[in-house]
Amino acid sequence: MADDRDRDKVAVAEFHKKIKEAFEVFDHESNNTVDVREVGTIIRSLGCCPSEGELHDLIAEVEEEEPTGYIRFEKFLPVMTEVLLERRYRPIPEDILLRAFEVLDPAKRGFLSKDELIKYMTEEGEPFSQEEMEEMLSAAIDPESNSIHYKDYITMMVIDEN
Amino acid sequence: MGSGTSTQHHFAFQNAEKAFRAAALIQRWYRRYVARLEMRRRCTWSIFQSIEYAGQQDQVKLHNFFSYLVDHFTPSSHNERDFLNRIFTEERSPQASETQNCGDYDSIEVPDSYTGPRLSFPLLPDHATALVEAFRRKQRLHARYVLNLLHEARKHLVQLPNINQVSTCYSEEITVCGDLHGQLDDLIFIFYKNGLPSPERAYVFNGDFVDRGKDSVEILMVLFAFMLVYPKEFHLNRGNHEDHIVNLRYGFTKEVMHKYKIHGKKILKLLQDVFCWLPLATLVDEKVLILHGGVSDRTDLELLAKLDRHKIVSTMRYKTRKENKKQAEEKGNANQTGSAGRPSPWFLPQSRSLPSSPLRPSTHKAHRAGRSSSVPCGVPLDPKELSRRVRRSVDLELERCRQQAGFPAIKEKEEPSSSESEVDSDAEEQPQPTPEEWRQVVDILWSDPMAQEGCRANTVRGGGCYFGPNVTERLLQKYHLQFLIRSHECKPEGYEFCHSRKVLTIFSASNYYEVGSNRGAYVKLGPDLTPHIMQFQANKATHTLTMRQRISRVEESALRALREKLFAHSSDILVEFKKHDKDETGLIALSDWAAAVESVLHLGLPWRMLRPQLVSSLTDNKLAYKSWLENLAKEKLSQQNIQSSLLETLYRNRSNLETIFRIIDSDHSGSISLDEFRHTWKLFSSHMNIDITDDCICDLARSIDFNKDGHIDINEFLEAFRLVEQSCSGGDVSDCPQVTNSSNRDCSSPGAH
Repeated sequence: MADDRDRDKVAVAEFHKKIKEAFEVFDHESNNTVDVREVGTIIRSLGCCPSEGELHDLIAEVEEEEPTGYIRFEKFLPVMTEVLLERRYRPIPEDILLRAFEVLDPAKRGFLSKDELIKYMTEEGEPFSQEEMEEMLSAAIDPESNSIHYKDYITMMVIDEN
Repeated sequence: MGSGTSTQHHFAFQNAEKAFRAAALIQRWYRRYVARLEMRRRCTWSIFQSIEYAGQQDQVKLHNFFSYLVDHFTPSSHNERDFLNRIFTEERSPQASETQNCGDYDSIEVPDSYTGPRLSFPLLPDHATALVEAFRRKQRLHARYVLNLLHEARKHLVQLPNINQVSTCYSEEITVCGDLHGQLDDLIFIFYKNGLPSPERAYVFNGDFVDRGKDSVEILMVLFAFMLVYPKEFHLNRGNHEDHIVNLRYGFTKEVMHKYKIHGKKILKLLQDVFCWLPLATLVDEKVLILHGGVSDRTDLELLAKLDRHKIVSTMRYKTRKENKKQAEEKGNANQTGSAGRPSPWFLPQSRSLPSSPLRPSTHKAHRAGRSSSVPCGVPLDPKELSRRVRRSVDLELERCRQQAGFPAIKEKEEPSSSESEVDSDAEEQPQPTPEEWRQVVDILWSDPMAQEGCRANTVRGGGCYFGPNVTERLLQKYHLQFLIRSHECKPEGYEFCHSRKVLTIFSASNYYEVGSNRGAYVKLGPDLTPHIMQFQANKATHTLTMRQRISRVEESALRALREKLFAHSSDILVEFKKHDKDETGLIALSDWAAAVESVLHLGLPWRMLRPQLVSSLTDNKLAYKSWLENLAKEKLSQQNIQSSLLETLYRNRSNLETIFRIIDSDHSGSISLDEFRHTWKLFSSHMNIDITDDCICDLARSIDFNKDGHIDINEFLEAFRLVEQSCSGGDVSDCPQVTNSSNRDCSSPGAH
């Protein structure tokens, strides 16, 4: 029992350090606050993969009573620690991702056309902004066929990650 | 509706829902990917910045090292004293040297075979344009024209006030550009995109034209040419890199000597003077102040406008007055090595001359007479003889330095009076700035803005200060200004506003750290003085890369630099690791790894974020540190056969080494003798507390004398350690010999690491 508690304490201490590090990267004024618009990046780079909706809920938890546009570290730390301890918003495994693409490609061609991708990404789910769409297209689309071969795309992205 | 249709609808609805969810999943995954890329980009940026600034701190430490030498070194032999003397004195050609300078280039013949641009004076606009075109085609300007142009530039600069006054009545627009740092492509791009300078198109270039990039010479030529052609519309401000001492370290000196092997020294000497004559700031419509670094809470524009800017030769050291001719003759100083010039100590202990500098060591190291007086590889001295010499030589040395400095007594405060500026027709008395004047100039060339209120010493750079929004506000109000434009700091977007848009940083060297690392920018001020920013990135290749590829490239470069730094401190890091591994398991937890590495490198980097890129294999979430360190070394060791701890030391101190080389090589010949190297290295390592035996120093020196002629070819040495930037060597990279020196395998008594 004591061991478990010790291990938890160690884990929490380690999480605290990780969270602090990530937070500080965006703390441009060195005053323990970050712009609320960067919180998503911080949370995601700590290993979590929330949806936009989940992200908004999280932000609501760490925001001030009267939102100032800034998030303070003192509020962020405990909330984020809980998230990490509970292993919330786990990343998506490769095979699940592949299946998602296959759902959008019912004919099982192995690819999506550029227009199809644009349609799905900008009209369905939690739609992309134009910037997000353009950025994804630049890396994903094979210019010769004007389509995305999603299996290769996933493999490439995953290698790049690690 | 028939049942068929409702089933269809049901299916359609299900499918739609599935598609919705699939899309949401893909988006969720993609957004995380982008976030992680962004984090990597920020970390990469931190790496570059922290390494860059750490390098600047090194410069200050080197600065302190020579100061320490003067205070504490006891040369025990005539050779050593001579050697020290040579480091500490600098030849100055006579000030009244106008005629000499003319002779300097008039006598230089330009061969008929020379196909580069030929200049005639007074310059015409077409000449300046042709010069840009010639450089774009990679031509080189002949030394004669370089000297001629510099000479004319100097004549013009001398007439300018410290603070240029510019009005938008005459030119419709003013374009302000920031640091260029030898990147000619960026300058050409700006002229292409924005238009060449003209009476209707005024330009202000805000300092740091040289160093780091490979075309500093060409940039200067173009800037000076346009300045001569459009004197009312083309303005230059001095930056902290327009400074011959800084140039020793950051590549400009090297570039000049490489491109102009015969006349380079003359060019550098003239440049030293030209730099001092650059104006310090530009004021537009009395509303917008443009200067290179920033301001401090003591910035006094009236004082800055009045002082003699030419007195400030270098912001790296506060030079004190030289002895006058009479004193020299009286003392009959036999150690003078100067010919035409009168030697003067180019370095004096900061404690006497400088206003407080943040990085000055608080206590000088204990006197090391016994240790440093021995000559490496020489005959060991009898201890009694040693101590006698020590006592005598300490006094002698200090006395000599004081005399040279013109100090009648130790405690006298440094205070030049106006009578000092009277010039003896034969002597080259040069008036000195007061400490306050010097500090005012350092502040405007070195300071950086910060977010917090107040004003504190800029410990990162070692000079100037960090100034807060209240300092800016007070200054703007005091002088009725609207805002400040400054440069000095690289920004990812090429520009950045701060202090409620009262301070604009503009930086014009794109891809400064690496291809894809940042954009460059320039700012245009119209009659209403509203700033309009234009951004660019001079390398076409970056446009075709995806964000991911761009970030990867820059990141690789940063990581390489970081790994090198880690390697350079392997021994210290190993010691720290062992502290966290009392049980000697050979493993260390990641948390401890991060703490250990930071405690040695002091870079303030997010190590846990960087960990995946630096540490690949873990056992049980722990790192086998010995093999990790060995892997860092492997990459380096295979190239050279020099004992690894020495190699490590060299890597750690390589910028200092290079600077030391160039200082020792006072005639810019490109080679220094083994003895000189040994002497300096010995002194340097004892100052820096590098524990290294005499044997090792001998071995090291011998091993880098590649052709065994008793001399070290600086460029060869640096190339062997891959210290020379590829671009600077130009096509010579392939000519450099591969290091296959195998005579040094066994260094019997390795340095105590």
